[in-house]
Amino acid sequence: MTPQSNFMVLAPINPDRELELRQLLDSMNRGPGQVDPKNELVPFAEFNNLHFARFVILDDHTTEDVRLYGLAPRVYPLYLAFLGDMDGDANAFLSGLIKRAGKGLVKIFSCCQGFRPDTDLLAWMKQHNAPAIAAYVNWRGRTVQQIREEAALYEAIEDYITKNADVVLALPPRELYSRLQGFVNTEKSAGRITLSPASPTPLGWQMMNLLHMIGLPLLVLILSPLLIVLTPFYLIALRRLERTDPEFCPTADQKHSEDLSRIEDHDVTNQFSAMGSLKPGLVRLLTTSAVLKTVNYGARHITRPGRLGRIRSIHFARWVFVAGTERMIFCSNYDGSVESYMDDFINKTGFGLNASFSNGIGYPRTNWLVRDGCIDERKYKEYLRRHTLVSQVWYKAYPGLSAVDLERNTRVRQGLETPSMSDEQASAWAAML
Amino acid sequence: MGGNAMSEVDYADVQGLVRFGYGHMTSASYRLVKVKSAAAAKAWLRATPVTSAVTQKPPPKTALNIAFSAPGLRALGVSDTILAGFSHEFRGGMAEESRARQLGDLGSNAPGNWDWGRYGREPHVLVMFFAEPEQFDSFVKSTKGNVWSDAFEEIATLGTSNLDGDEPFGFADGISQPQIDWEQRRQTPCSQLGYTNVVALGEFLLGYRNEYGKITDRPLLNPDTANVELLPAEDDPTKKDLCRNGTYLVMRQLEQDVRGLWQFLYKDAGGNFEAAQQLGAKMVGRMRSGDPLVPMEKQSIPGTDPASVRQNQFTYENDPSGARCPFGAHIRRTNPRNGDLPERRPSALRKLAIMLGFGPKGFYDDLTSPVRFHRILRRGREYGSELPPEQALNSAAPGESARGLNFVCLNANILRQFEFLQNAWIASTKFAGLTGESDPLLGNRQPIPGCPVTSNFTIPGDAGLRRRVPGLPQFVTVRGGAYFFMPSLRALRFFAAD
Repeated sequence: MTPQSNFMVLAPINPDRELELRQLLDSMNRGPGQVDPKNELVPFAEFNNLHFARFVILDDHTTEDVRLYGLAPRVYPLYLAFLGDMDGDANAFLSGLIKRAGKGLVKIFSCCQGFRPDTDLLAWMKQHNAPAIAAYVNWRGRTVQQIREEAALYEAIEDYITKNADVVLALPPRELYSRLQGFVNTEKSAGRITLSPASPTPLGWQMMNLLHMIGLPLLVLILSPLLIVLTPFYLIALRRLERTDPEFCPTADQKHSEDLSRIEDHDVTNQFSAMGSLKPGLVRLLTTSAVLKTVNYGARHITRPGRLGRIRSIHFARWVFVAGTERMIFCSNYDGSVESYMDDFINKTGFGLNASFSNGIGYPRTNWLVRDGCIDERKYKEYLRRHTLVSQVWYKAYPGLSAVDLERNTRVRQGLETPSMSDEQASAWAAML
Repeated sequence: MGGNAMSEVDYADVQGLVRFGYGHMTSASYRLVKVKSAAAAKAWLRATPVTSAVTQKPPPKTALNIAFSAPGLRALGVSDTILAGFSHEFRGGMAEESRARQLGDLGSNAPGNWDWGRYGREPHVLVMFFAEPEQFDSFVKSTKGNVWSDAFEEIATLGTSNLDGDEPFGFADGISQPQIDWEQRRQTPCSQLGYTNVVALGEFLLGYRNEYGKITDRPLLNPDTANVELLPAEDDPTKKDLCRNGTYLVMRQLEQDVRGLWQFLYKDAGGNFEAAQQLGAKMVGRMRSGDPLVPMEKQSIPGTDPASVRQNQFTYENDPSGARCPFGAHIRRTNPRNGDLPERRPSALRKLAIMLGFGPKGFYDDLTSPVRFHRILRRGREYGSELPPEQALNSAAPGESARGLNFVCLNANILRQFEFLQNAWIASTKFAGLTGESDPLLGNRQPIPGCPVTSNFTIPGDAGLRRRVPGLPQFVTVRGGAYFFMPSLRALRFFAAD
């Protein structure tokens, strides 16, 4: 199978060229929140292994929040982030990207500090890559090609069923299954349906994956005596912080909220970029790292395909430290409107939200890291809205398909490739059509 | 007393529509007006008695309730500071472009096509008249009085008709309503493993705890001479709670193409009227009589009105495949009747496993949010003449007037309640693992990028393959809509003060 990887180019913007950059990014869109996939600067559609991509100017309006701790706010440069989720090796992708979109990328990155006409684009992008401390992939190994092929398969089957409804609807499940298998095989021979076999999994990746899967728990095991000794001190420190850390959840600015709404809900999937400063101190930093490393481990080795806990609507997500350890950005691609996204999370994985985000300044008060917090629904939603950034450009390689659609299509294909099925299995399979 | 019990609700301060549907007052009309003169409007408001939620014996023969839009409050002189404490949705309005897109108000439903409520024709005040038929005309006349025409400019008058408990398509309506926990016995926040019909008071009345155990945001005022009559806020007694005992009111005029629906059903059923009715029942989720498609549950569901037990005491637990009531049927979309977890009685270990994502593995499992955070209280009324389904098969007479539903619902949090239902469950073409279809009655049938067809309706089969009905025409068109705030009687006096 082909594993997915990601990149995030993070670079400070040259203040003199911010307006030019904004205009360049705007020019890539057909309308608010709707990119032209074939735009001249970065024609995303030409890359058939690119799932999602976006350009975000990290216009963080919450840097003053650190005053709540009596600290003076830092003045940060304004950053540009260019991120992507794709199939295969990240470096190989970047090389391919530059071959076809080099000119456009140069125009864009020229607006960043330290980018000169003679700068080696690939080297510069690699140098400015910000690795994610935690990343989530909805379905490890499912490539863009696979998604498109399986979507076409589903359409073909639906079409066949519609055309042959009278016959097909009367068939018992196993016969229906054989009939459809026959149909698909005919279509494959005729070249009208393609279902490419999975590529062999790169050995290097397999080794790294195994190392990580065994290595991390092993490390925790080795350190466990130390961890056990430190735990009560940690918990005491955490509880003290939880009782004293200030909340700061003012109502989000109406205009900001409207700016966000304008770019949302043009596809069944939406993008989300939220940024904030970490609560100061070592305890909070260590908590953040430990929680996110755990989330990352779970996402890589434990979660069921198609699910992050009980949530089935996230395509890709990641957490990234922004230039140092004071600020962090969270980027995701999820299905449905932001309201249903929030609601799903609060109701189904409140503990997960609290664990990952409660270390941000001003987050609604948590207890024992996972309790309360986002249950104060109003405060939580305003907090999130205020920390959400407007993304300037957002691309998705499969318009109109939700993560659940993708799962269905994959399961349908997997069913067809099963040599035989029981009545019950055939029935459950047919129920997805 | 229960853990969260607080002060009792003063029914004399709450407008009656929150507590009563005024079913016996079968004549009603909704007047949408703009404020012509703030002074005259306030004078009219001061002089006009508004019906409260106090139970009267015998029940009154007339009732009046009033609600205001955000532009309406502004027209009455409410300051921007105070208005800023009302919700985003209320202030932005239903017709706002991004919101319309989320609600599915596209194509012919787009606000630009509305008779009222679009930009430039936003109502300021919604005045709702209810009366027994003989009293109606005189009631309206005497209530309006002499000041009305100085105070208000009428934008639209929405009449209603009495279809004896049916809605215009010919199906019994209004069977399912949440039971409001007026005594505030419900412990919130809580974990709700099974479906309950009892919902926290704060879901329908501002100033009280909602299903999250918190009080929805609203403007809190510093006490001064102008607001001395207002009640203090439950969560901050040093401040006055302007919205306490008030609620948000959502209104949408939904025109129903009754002939379109029945002709479509009849054609799909090959000219068999019985089969057409069955298909209709699958789309609605109830028979025309109101009987649900799933059997009644033997175990009682808390909060079910004894009068409606036969038709309202059910969940979909015994219909996981949707073979009895399709996943996409109207009433299953608008109320999936689920609990917080996909399993009813999990052990502690199983519960942990479910929370971590190792619960049921089926494709259709655990796709919907728990419904208790998304209930609405419906108070709308039909309009237009009755058209029985049998007669709907014929063409319309020339000049036939429209018919439909003046949809009205009450909720404390428009975003999480009405808008969530409309966006995530009704208009969504990806609800519950479906694709290419939105609500069979309300869907706008508009294509979405990547998904040109959204006009299907899936009827899951008993064992395996579904029947998919293609090409549903649009049956409901939105003709107008707006968000209102229905204040308590104290707040009403506050707005109406000189």
